[in-house]
Amino acid sequence: MNGAHDMGGVMGHGPINHEANEPVFHGKWEERVMAMTVAMGPVGGWNIDQSRFARENVRPVDYLKRSYYEIWFAGLARLLAERNMVSPDELAAGHAMHATHPPANPRLTAETVVPFIAAGRSAEREMKTPARFKAGDRVRCKNINPVGHTRLPRYVRGHLGVVELLHGGHVFPDTNAKGVGENPQWLYTVRFTGRELWGDDADPALSVSVDAWESYLEPVS
Amino acid sequence: MHDDHDPHDHDHDHTHGHGHGHGHGHHHDHDHSELSPMDVRVRALETVLTEKGYVDPKALDVLVDLYETKIGPRNGAKVVAKSWVDPKFREWLLKDATAAISSLGFTGRQGEHMVAVENTANVHNMVVCTLCSCYPLPVLGLPPVWYKSAPYRSRAVIDPRGVLAEFGVTLPDGKEIKVWDSTAEVRYLVIPERPAGTEGMSEEQLATLVTRDSMIGTGLAQSPAKGA
Repeated sequence: MNGAHDMGGVMGHGPINHEANEPVFHGKWEERVMAMTVAMGPVGGWNIDQSRFARENVRPVDYLKRSYYEIWFAGLARLLAERNMVSPDELAAGHAMHATHPPANPRLTAETVVPFIAAGRSAEREMKTPARFKAGDRVRCKNINPVGHTRLPRYVRGHLGVVELLHGGHVFPDTNAKGVGENPQWLYTVRFTGRELWGDDADPALSVSVDAWESYLEPVS
Repeated sequence: MHDDHDPHDHDHDHTHGHGHGHGHGHHHDHDHSELSPMDVRVRALETVLTEKGYVDPKALDVLVDLYETKIGPRNGAKVVAKSWVDPKFREWLLKDATAAISSLGFTGRQGEHMVAVENTANVHNMVVCTLCSCYPLPVLGLPPVWYKSAPYRSRAVIDPRGVLAEFGVTLPDGKEIKVWDSTAEVRYLVIPERPAGTEGMSEEQLATLVTRDSMIGTGLAQSPAKGA
């Protein structure tokens, strides 16, 4: 979706607030939001793309005024409500009031959480079809504007780039976020010159890459 | 869906967790008058999740401790320092960063697909996630607020020299700048240039020169006079 989260090239956000000796969290509630979000992933049964879409699929004014962990909190509350795991009235009351929806996986414990983080979760999948592009190929990003989740930022759509890296087959976020399948595709790093993206006034020494799934790209002869 | 009871309807300074004085009319009458609205909401959610058996608060404590004290940029600094002293490791790191980094024990969530990119005399690399906050957690820990915020995410891809200037970094004119926007599950680690005057230093000493920002590409490794 063309949401407020898609920020590349947007102007007017002001200076970068670089905090010296920044703590990992600013307040205890941020710690708990991070931990609950991570711990609820397997229990809630949603995937990372559904999680990202729950955070970005809000009114732009809300996305922009919320702090990072406020965005995470709103996303978690939404995922829980959509699955009837925690309803808004329970959240308001601060107590469980309705029947418990069964968890998709057992909850994490003090013993299982460290191995869970250390294992991670690979997005790579074996591909049965060969890659359409190779390093050095010229490609153009399609001009797509899906209403759902996508990882093709607006600032590269329609632009010409060169394939720099191949990453193998990766889960396709656009369908995974809808819960309709991983549909893995070949994933590439595609590099664009600054002038291709931003015009003749751009820094001639600048280039920018994105990681793009094969269906985002079309060949350029 | 969460338009009702929206906790975010009033602007407030949440970044630093204070700024909520007493006596505001909109505060509900409850036991937590010292707590901000987010403290109250988050505590309510944790209570519900715990009562329903979805989370074990002890597991949350371990998670917080993990990211607060164990998984952080010191991990990445060890990777970089080793790449400075061990050419074979550097070669491996540039070819298969996931394997090379996991050989040092840094694996897992948000580091499953690593790529290391090296700064040289001619090229400076810088990493961003314009769409959210993607960051190589096993080597750098949780990202700082600025990395996740609109000013950095919007400008890194269009004006990286301006961004670098705000970080106090000036690159030579004409030095190539390669920005990497992390739009998939691949995570990028910048290998900064080894500073001059570090020839006699041990790997452990060198690691102390490797800052978090130098591994994002918004900074350079420190010179020994400043860092050691």
